[in-house]
Amino acid sequence: MAATATTDARGDRSILERSPSARRADPLFRGVLTALAGLVLALIAFFFIFLLRKAEPAFSHQGVVSFLTTNDWNPSKDIFGAWPLVAGTLITAVIALGIGVPIAVATALYVTELCPRRARGPLVVLVELLAAVPSVVYGLWGVFILIPKLKPAEQWFADTFDFLPLVGGTVAGPNYFIAGLILAIMILPIVSAISREVIATVPADLKEASLALGATRWEMLRMAVLPYSRAGITGAAMLGLGRAIGETIAVTLVIGNSPVLGHTIFDQGYTLAAVIANEFGEAASDKLHAGALIAAGLVLFLLTLLVNAVARWLVHRAEVKAVGTPAPAEPVTVAA
Amino acid sequence: MSSLTFDSRRRRATDRVMRGLLLAATGLALVPLVLVIWFLLQKGLGAWSWEFFTTDPTGNFLGDQGGVKSAILGTIEMVALAAAVAIPFGWAVALYLVEYGRRGRFGAAVRYFVDVMTGVPSIVFGLFVYITLVVSGWGGSSFAGWKGSVALALLMLPVVTRSAEVVLQLVPDALREAAMALGTPRWRVILKVVLPTALPGLITGSLLAVARAAGETAPLLFTATLVQGTTFDLGQRMNSLPVQIFNDVSSPNDDIVQRAWGAALALVTLILLTTLVARLASRRSRLS
Repeated sequence: MAATATTDARGDRSILERSPSARRADPLFRGVLTALAGLVLALIAFFFIFLLRKAEPAFSHQGVVSFLTTNDWNPSKDIFGAWPLVAGTLITAVIALGIGVPIAVATALYVTELCPRRARGPLVVLVELLAAVPSVVYGLWGVFILIPKLKPAEQWFADTFDFLPLVGGTVAGPNYFIAGLILAIMILPIVSAISREVIATVPADLKEASLALGATRWEMLRMAVLPYSRAGITGAAMLGLGRAIGETIAVTLVIGNSPVLGHTIFDQGYTLAAVIANEFGEAASDKLHAGALIAAGLVLFLLTLLVNAVARWLVHRAEVKAVGTPAPAEPVTVAA
Repeated sequence: MSSLTFDSRRRRATDRVMRGLLLAATGLALVPLVLVIWFLLQKGLGAWSWEFFTTDPTGNFLGDQGGVKSAILGTIEMVALAAAVAIPFGWAVALYLVEYGRRGRFGAAVRYFVDVMTGVPSIVFGLFVYITLVVSGWGGSSFAGWKGSVALALLMLPVVTRSAEVVLQLVPDALREAAMALGTPRWRVILKVVLPTALPGLITGSLLAVARAAGETAPLLFTATLVQGTTFDLGQRMNSLPVQIFNDVSSPNDDIVQRAWGAALALVTLILLTTLVARLASRRSRLS
């Protein structure tokens, strides 16, 4: 190769030495890769500063605190209080976690610890298939199937349990609950996949020890597996939360897009992501309105950033504890 | 003793109930999958016909609605361009992280911010491209197919990078050391030893990112937007399946809703095919 091919007749250079051009190739290659990696940092810095600058008109018009806490989103009067949107985002995300996480963790427990070995592979693939369905298709399905089919059940629930807070009244077709339910379905694969990874790191010794002491399978899960993997499962749930907060299209289609904060979970609502999707067309010429939407995007970005940072830290810590070396925080799933 | 047997029976019963519950929850998790696929097939297959795939949407409210040719071609064109940018870029960043940046602050920072990018909601990328490229009219047009590709590429980049990093880490260091001991320069070790060894895994991860990008609506909504006609010019507005579906869902016309179901079935089929190819690629991998 380059090193041995260049033999210098006059003996200036050992035949084992690389030619000057070949020696330049290595730093060059390294330099190019480093530059590309640096470009990622530059891109994100640019991304963040740009959003911040473009959101500035809205923040200076409304004030940051007032933007977040005012319960009035009225672009035609230049009032941008994003509280109904922030609250809608949080309400749907909480419903999604409440429904999605227990099912996802139960699925992960069943698949890793209880199910017959032969059924494991197919079950994993089936759960991951949920992630292959695009957001807009879930939205379509929600609008035409879920909303009409579930409405009687929701109304019955609202009537029967109207003594509970946030339950009761007349059920609107599109509402917070439907949006939360669809989000639950959408976060299920990722939460389940990461829980599965975390549960798989529980040492066999622990499980065998509890079984040897006479624990039943459920007691083994409850006393050995779950406490050991609690931090990791919490992290998985937080990653799901990050997904639920940022999900746009499916939610836009099924939440009703009403900028007034609803009184119950069966009222129409709005989320940060949905307001951006809906109002951007009309906001193009209006700097203030556009700024408010970018501010909404920025809040969304920071919210997901925070949630994901905590989640990754938890998953990372759980996995370091388990094997001594960190495993990848996110497995390569269909929608990873 | 009797208390122990009583206790055991209760414990055994709890065990049985809880195991039943876990099984039931697993079944419950699969219910939406079955329902989505069932309704997609039931409503979508009815919309499929030769004309569905070979005509553009007409945009008429009444009468013939046309098919989704422009949407399918637009999705393929924009995703292909996005992949052509994001995959080499993502592989290069992953190579840097694994080959040169395992330690050190710069590598850690890059790794952290790639993770940050993974969590950014897709609508925020769409918003970003909208205000940087579309509003300012870059390249002489407002909405354009290539701007949609940029938004998709931003979305794909962190996914490609993360999955490539995981695969590249699986390449045994012994292979690298053996090649370098033979006097091979580092860049040749990377190109001739590390990359070929990791290739099946790299392809799998990248195709999964492609599959994910193909289903995204939010980044395309304000970048490539919605048009009726087919175009092969990425400087023009470009139709795509997700945006077409999003637009058709809110129509009061049953024929248009029917087209949305057909388009949704086509989109899911496209994504599943890509996923399948991705899985087949990793079959050839010799890395665990």
